[in-house]
Amino acid sequence: MSGIPHDHYEPKSGSEKWLHRRLPIVGLLYDTLMIPTPKNLNWMWIWGVVLFFALVLQIITGIVLAMHYVPHVDMAFTSVEHIMRNVNGGHFLRYLHMNGASLFFVAVYLHIFRGIYYGSYKSPREVTWIIGILIYLAMMATAFMGYVLPWGQMSFWGATVITGLFGAIPWVGEPILIWLQGGPAVGNATLNRFFSLHYLLPFVILGLSIVHVWAFHTTGNNNPTGVEVRRTSREEADRDTLPFWPYFVIKDLFALGIVMIVFFAIVGFMPNYLGHPDNYIPADPMVTPTHIVPEWYFLPFYAILRAFDGDVWLVQILEWVSFGVIDAKFFGVIAMFGSIIVMALLPWLDTSNVRSGRYRPMFKVAFWIFFIDFFVLMWAGAMPAEGIYPTIALIGSAVWFAYFLVVLPVLGVIEKPLPQPETIEEDYNAHYGDGAASGTATPAE
Amino acid sequence: MFKKLTITALTALTLGAGSAQAAGGGGHVTDFDFPFEGVMGTYDQAQLQRGLQVFTQICSACHGLELLPFRALSEPGGPALSEQAMRDYAASWEVFDPEIEDWRPGKPTDHFPAGTYPGAPDLTVIAKARAGFHGPNGLGLNQLFKGIGGPEYIATYLLSFSDETKEEAGTFYYYNEVFPDNWSAMAPAIFGDDVDYADGTEATAEQVAQDVSAFLMWTAEPKLMQRKQAGFISVGILLALTVLLYLTNKRLWAPYKPKKSV
Repeated sequence: MSGIPHDHYEPKSGSEKWLHRRLPIVGLLYDTLMIPTPKNLNWMWIWGVVLFFALVLQIITGIVLAMHYVPHVDMAFTSVEHIMRNVNGGHFLRYLHMNGASLFFVAVYLHIFRGIYYGSYKSPREVTWIIGILIYLAMMATAFMGYVLPWGQMSFWGATVITGLFGAIPWVGEPILIWLQGGPAVGNATLNRFFSLHYLLPFVILGLSIVHVWAFHTTGNNNPTGVEVRRTSREEADRDTLPFWPYFVIKDLFALGIVMIVFFAIVGFMPNYLGHPDNYIPADPMVTPTHIVPEWYFLPFYAILRAFDGDVWLVQILEWVSFGVIDAKFFGVIAMFGSIIVMALLPWLDTSNVRSGRYRPMFKVAFWIFFIDFFVLMWAGAMPAEGIYPTIALIGSAVWFAYFLVVLPVLGVIEKPLPQPETIEEDYNAHYGDGAASGTATPAE
Repeated sequence: MFKKLTITALTALTLGAGSAQAAGGGGHVTDFDFPFEGVMGTYDQAQLQRGLQVFTQICSACHGLELLPFRALSEPGGPALSEQAMRDYAASWEVFDPEIEDWRPGKPTDHFPAGTYPGAPDLTVIAKARAGFHGPNGLGLNQLFKGIGGPEYIATYLLSFSDETKEEAGTFYYYNEVFPDNWSAMAPAIFGDDVDYADGTEATAEQVAQDVSAFLMWTAEPKLMQRKQAGFISVGILLALTVLLYLTNKRLWAPYKPKKSV
């Protein structure tokens, strides 16, 4: 499976051989679990396992919640309260699911930032990266539709605003909007299809995740040095890697334990902290909340969406050039989707042939500015669109696009990278010492 | 360098809560000390019973508690009325039964009726639908340390009316310092000595406002105590498991980290 030489599954007993000739599933699982993994992976490489756990948690709690939830505008809110009051353990399941979405996004953002910092998107891992972005998009769709289901005020108005985005598309916007909502406005048909898709998409995410793992198991993991594992001989590969089981499984589970402690403390002691009080008010199409804000994980993109109003000269020029086809609203929508599309294009926008940010002094500065920008946008997205905040959001959006479209392409040309280690082993031994480390990488079995 | 990320992850959480800006006016919301606050906080059964009395004698004139069945009043973790007291209480309400198409005395499985006054919101989950504390500057730190402040908002609201009124299109509005835009359609309802508490507690305005707010927190979050208990158990188990995993991990990697192993 992997290009890195390592032990493969050998069926021993008669029944093992019998099955292996017909379906090599045990071999597939063995090779997946025993995959040689760069031994210098740091603590930022734990988020994949956390994400896998979050997906399983959401699917399991979600399946149980769906047994009690009623997707109807007159009963959705009450059925959620029924879960909170009458279903055995329902209150805890629902809070797990609700905060599970936040756990999922905390983990995915850290996972993405790790990939960006260490250049995990670069050749030959472009496909892993693209699939990752597809997973992220599916996650956003799932989370958004899930937030609509309790049918509170923010559910209803969030659904109205977000489906309304598609209405901003010239000419075809209106029919698309009606098609998405299942009618002229957000209503029972919308709630029903969102429930259906909210149940479907997690399994799409699961499928994509398997392909995601398949892709990076084919290329091998990236690592903090960005230097590839030596594949020329089994002996050299062994000195750069350790098998995933048990070394990284135990390490990742330990990290997962710490994350879980924080997560369960939030669920147990402050489950509504990350939510919005308005969503405990039943949806009312006649009353618009004063501030319509999405959940925290959408705020950076919400800020980009709102940043480009009619006062921005770029928007005005485009509106004039396009004879009004691209107005401020449509521009905002383009900017929001564009901010994610540029992420998908990272492998081709970053022109540097050095993979890890560790050896790129100028990139480091740019990365941390970009990183802070993400939080500034998140903050600006939570604030009302008045006073200084739209300006901050506009600057933040400019920084976002500049990072992808200007800084990364240029840095690859002008930056002078630091010397990189020859091998992963060299980097590892510098940290942890030589000795028993080399050449004794045998699975603990 | 990436250690910072973990810290920043927490910042992300707090930033996110900046979105928690629900209804709440400009006025200052008092940070009352409710017994159910904090990690160890539990509902005070006597306070919930007093709050029930306030709701029954005052609030229920206009407001409903549609999501709350009478039987919940005798469930553990709440006002915990005796079975008989709960049945008697339920029977003191007139409930419309669609099967007989007539009104009859309430049964334990019936819910509190809906509000009778048009525009008066149902109060079952109101304590979670209001926020007393925000910011500062959208950072969500106040909510982190003080809580979201739903019951604090309700109690402060009840105590923040002035004598000013205005009339618009035939409706009277009453000035309230913490209400959004300051003009509330609800008349001041709590003045002190509004009820004769069965347990002899002195019914000052503050006492009444806090009791009914605590009661409404319970109607909104009846499983609060079970939830915290589950929180303690899960965090405890996870702590133990994580310590074991830490030790396993350390031992497992020790042969590969000669510099670090002792």
